[in-house]
Amino acid sequence: MTEKNKTLFEFKDIHVRVEEKAVVAGVSLSIKPGETHAIMGPNGSGKSSLSNALMGHPAYEITRGEIYLNGHNLKDMSADERSRAGLFLAFQYPLAIPGVTVANFLRTALQSHRGKEADMSDFRKLLKTEMKALAVDEAFATRYLNDGFSGGEKKRIEILQMAILNPKMAILDETDSGLDIDALKTVSDGINRFHNENNGILLVTHYQRMLNYVKPDFVHVMMNGKIVKSGGPDLALKLEDLGYEWVNEEANHKAGV
Amino acid sequence: MSESLDKQKKDLSRLNSDYATKYGFRDPVDYFHKGAKGLSHELVEMISRMKNEPPWMTERRHEALDIYLAKPMPQWANTRLLNEIDYENIYYFMKPVDQQSTSWDDVPEYIKKTFDRLGIPEAERTFLGGVTAQYESEVVYHSMREDLKKQGIIFLDMDGGLREHEDIVKKFFGTVIPSTDNKFAALNTCVWSGGSFIYVPPGIEVKVPLQAYFRINAENMGQFERTLIIADKGSRVHYIEGCTAPVYSTDSLHSAVVELIALEGAYIRYTTIQNWARNIFNLVTKRATAHKNATVEWVDGNLGSRLSMKYPCIQLIGEGARGEILSVAFAGQDQHQDTGAKVIHAAPNTSSRVTSKSISKDNGRASYRGLAKVHKHATGSKISVECDALLIGRDARSDTYPTMEIDCEQVRVEHEARVSKVAEEQLFYLTSRGLTEDDARLLIVNGFMEPFTKELPLEYAVELNRLIELEMEGSVG
Repeated sequence: MTEKNKTLFEFKDIHVRVEEKAVVAGVSLSIKPGETHAIMGPNGSGKSSLSNALMGHPAYEITRGEIYLNGHNLKDMSADERSRAGLFLAFQYPLAIPGVTVANFLRTALQSHRGKEADMSDFRKLLKTEMKALAVDEAFATRYLNDGFSGGEKKRIEILQMAILNPKMAILDETDSGLDIDALKTVSDGINRFHNENNGILLVTHYQRMLNYVKPDFVHVMMNGKIVKSGGPDLALKLEDLGYEWVNEEANHKAGV
Repeated sequence: MSESLDKQKKDLSRLNSDYATKYGFRDPVDYFHKGAKGLSHELVEMISRMKNEPPWMTERRHEALDIYLAKPMPQWANTRLLNEIDYENIYYFMKPVDQQSTSWDDVPEYIKKTFDRLGIPEAERTFLGGVTAQYESEVVYHSMREDLKKQGIIFLDMDGGLREHEDIVKKFFGTVIPSTDNKFAALNTCVWSGGSFIYVPPGIEVKVPLQAYFRINAENMGQFERTLIIADKGSRVHYIEGCTAPVYSTDSLHSAVVELIALEGAYIRYTTIQNWARNIFNLVTKRATAHKNATVEWVDGNLGSRLSMKYPCIQLIGEGARGEILSVAFAGQDQHQDTGAKVIHAAPNTSSRVTSKSISKDNGRASYRGLAKVHKHATGSKISVECDALLIGRDARSDTYPTMEIDCEQVRVEHEARVSKVAEEQLFYLTSRGLTEDDARLLIVNGFMEPFTKELPLEYAVELNRLIELEMEGSVG
């Protein structure tokens, strides 16, 4: 088996419960190094719940299923352990941490990953390069993390964090929401810069528009906590034209309802 | 803070591990003079005679004792804890040495060691302009840089101030906080000993901070230092005060009175980091008067103690005077920090800003008690009050008791109070980036305190973060 055919990230039969309510009901996916997958679906389909559960949010209980990253089982790991194992989640709604500067936070996070103090001048260089690439003003380094940031600024900072932590597998939860067309392009460029043949991307999105910039290899449609259809990039375009109802009908038809 | 967490941690491991070893040690001491327990006119007379005070001060002490005895205990804040103090079982006056020293070499070895362990001589060497070190009731070490002396700056312990500058002391002593103000101000006035006396001549800027460090060593000790700072017209001074005590099974009492007077156009900043052992009752009266175009800033950090009652006050009595009170209180297990701020606008176009931050952890309780008062003729005045409480754990408690007495229509008043918890969502966000839950919680707390920490000299900011980290150890969300 060549490197290429190895699985990078895989989850099997994931069931998620939030406050006694089942929100994800048996989802499986396998991602190889270098691949980009997109999970699309209407609001309330369980996409964000799946993302949070995969990252290890304590409120999202995985009642059944397994998660593997590079062959390591993540299921019993806490969020920080999953992060250090190489998983990343770009948040749909990034939280503000008043009093903690972007630079201080990033350096602390980087150190948590490396297990040692990051060299100050190396870190500054890295930060400067990545900020420039994402068209983030340098002044943001000394601003408090997400405190008073616009929606678009928050999303850029999420991608900045990804670029700096350089995870093996990145889940991007609705990263396109709240972005105008210019910001969408910049953020997409950032994702494409990050992406290489060794890492994987899972885009979770409601709309097709980001997929014009970040090209998926596979598209999956999620409804009512399940993946109901999978296909190539064309599937996204078809969804854009026909809406999610179309998949729903087809799924119902197949099920003989 | 630009310091990263790891840097802070490194400082930590290099420094020490907890209050008991860093501050909580105690010295076996042969006291030069140890009065009897309890309070009496005889004791007051004895203190005054030992200090060889002028009759008016002796008189002031006796008068204050009568006021103290006549005044009832406060019927507010935490009356249960206040009544736990056994006032008969306290040493009101303890003199560890016969004479004050101006060189650390002359300070008795055990006391010098204490202050060495607290890092005072090192701080003096590196960045302070003058230091007063008080041990129990008396100042044991005092020194000031020669160049500051030459500028006419007076920095003495309060006893020395009274001896050498009686005229100034007589003119200002008790004018900002009279004995009648409250029971504990009266108590302080009758048995006061030590504290700092500072006078800055007109137009002089004291470019380096002056510092005092107050140390309680004995069990059942009452420390009643008295501080008086006068900044004459157009002068500037920054004074820093730190306090600690050993860990004993029975309680000690710290009841200071601090009076600041900023004359026309003067500037005073008073920075305190109090880190008392958990059985100290800390009942302190701090008040400043700001004259025309003068500025007073209280930067006040309260850690430790069983109960703290402290409400730094600024009276803005001259047109254009400014006041700022920035405070942080940390209430851990079984602690009550009843702290706050008072601003009194008694002249036109005065402005004040209060920023109060509190952290309550475990069953700790932090209360903000504030007063904002604007007199009728204080037109064009501005007040802004911001209270921010952070709760850690389900049993933590925070209360806010703001009082606004606005007797003037042409003023701008802003008041904001927020209570927040270290939210699960914030913790998840940070842990998803690889920080452990403990590190994430600490980062949130440090961020919460940042508006306060950034106002401190770097050495103190590092120390404060270190103390907070110790307080946060083993906490559960």
